[in-house]
Amino acid sequence: MLEVSNLAKSFGNRQILKNISFTLADGEILTVVGPSGAGKTTLLRIIAGLETADAGTMTLGGQTYQLSGEDRGAVGVVFQDFNLFPNLSVIDNITLAPQLALKKDKAEAEKEARELLGKLQMADKGNLYPYQLSGGQKQRVAIARALAMQPKMLCYDEPTSALDPALRDQVAELILSLKDSGLTQLIITHDMDFAKKVADQVLEVKPLEG
Amino acid sequence: MNYVFEILPSLFSGAGMTLEIFFETLIFSLPLGVILSFGLNSRFKPLKWFLNVYVWLMRGTPLLLQLIFVFYGLPIIGLTFPRYMAAIVAFVLNYTAYFAEIFRGGNQAIDKGQIEAAKVLQLTYGQTLRKIVIPQVIKIVLPSIGNEVINLVKDSSLVYVIGLGDLLRAGNLATSRDVTLVPLVLVALIYLLLIGLCTVILRKLEKHYSYYR
Repeated sequence: MLEVSNLAKSFGNRQILKNISFTLADGEILTVVGPSGAGKTTLLRIIAGLETADAGTMTLGGQTYQLSGEDRGAVGVVFQDFNLFPNLSVIDNITLAPQLALKKDKAEAEKEARELLGKLQMADKGNLYPYQLSGGQKQRVAIARALAMQPKMLCYDEPTSALDPALRDQVAELILSLKDSGLTQLIITHDMDFAKKVADQVLEVKPLEG
Repeated sequence: MNYVFEILPSLFSGAGMTLEIFFETLIFSLPLGVILSFGLNSRFKPLKWFLNVYVWLMRGTPLLLQLIFVFYGLPIIGLTFPRYMAAIVAFVLNYTAYFAEIFRGGNQAIDKGQIEAAKVLQLTYGQTLRKIVIPQVIKIVLPSIGNEVINLVKDSSLVYVIGLGDLLRAGNLATSRDVTLVPLVLVALIYLLLIGLCTVILRKLEKHYSYYR
């Protein structure tokens, strides 16, 4: 279960987020919607440990975090522009962290990576480099890379923004199929249709006055 | 033709000195440049300020002058180097500054998202540098580094000023002794050969890194 309570964040004297609290059961999907500049991405970055919060706590899988940027291995992130490592092949993108951080041996990490790629219909793409992939394929590599770390939860930043509309439904399906496998997911989006399609819960973030 | 074979041994021994300076300078100044480039991007202001002054001094004065200062000037404050050591110290100090600036530019060209992606994947700072940042920086800086490497081959001729016998000096000696330009033509050919070789190796390296974009 993910529980966020009383999260607040300012940049300088501009308050971005205030009193953000929500609870998300295991295997559920929360979409965070709101206009640009409302702090959606900031919220994701705080939950992922890339940004510190001014106040608030987060509990995930029984562990409580003070949101001060501490290591948060249990949260995977699929970035808006994916941030794949261009110097590494698809397989190496996926197996790098399991080998270095989880100390898995190469053969085991590669076997798991190939299984993940198979599930994402990318089985034949393992030896390509990111520049050789389409946007949708890059996104699936980014998802596989995050899943290879066995996160308790996966966060997406605007997963539909870099894709053409036809791919939108495919992403929705993919996200729902991951939900079936029990993964908790948090999705930042400004696409209301998409948000309603996949969400168990919708959190609306509004720009704060002043 | 006989004359050519007569002077070639002395030119080759001069070229040996040129190559020694070339390789030793690279061996020390490339890694030092990488390390200093992080200092140039450091948030620790005094370090950054100190390194900026160092780079300014090294790039702001002629290498010839630096050679003279290291060999003739430093003994005044009790630091005496033998000729060859003095040359290496001066070249390493000078080239490290240029390399540090090139690597600093390369570091800045790396998308911040790469480092964030590595962070959420729980890579340590050292692992991120080794596997993600440095390989990408090398690809970015290779053409600029290549330029400096080629400059270094020719800059090494400056060591004549502290009495070391390099390729150009060997040619000069023969020219003034025998009153002919032939030795200097040979010197030019040897430089061209060395730099041609450097160019081929650099191209190979660039090609090696062209497997991704």
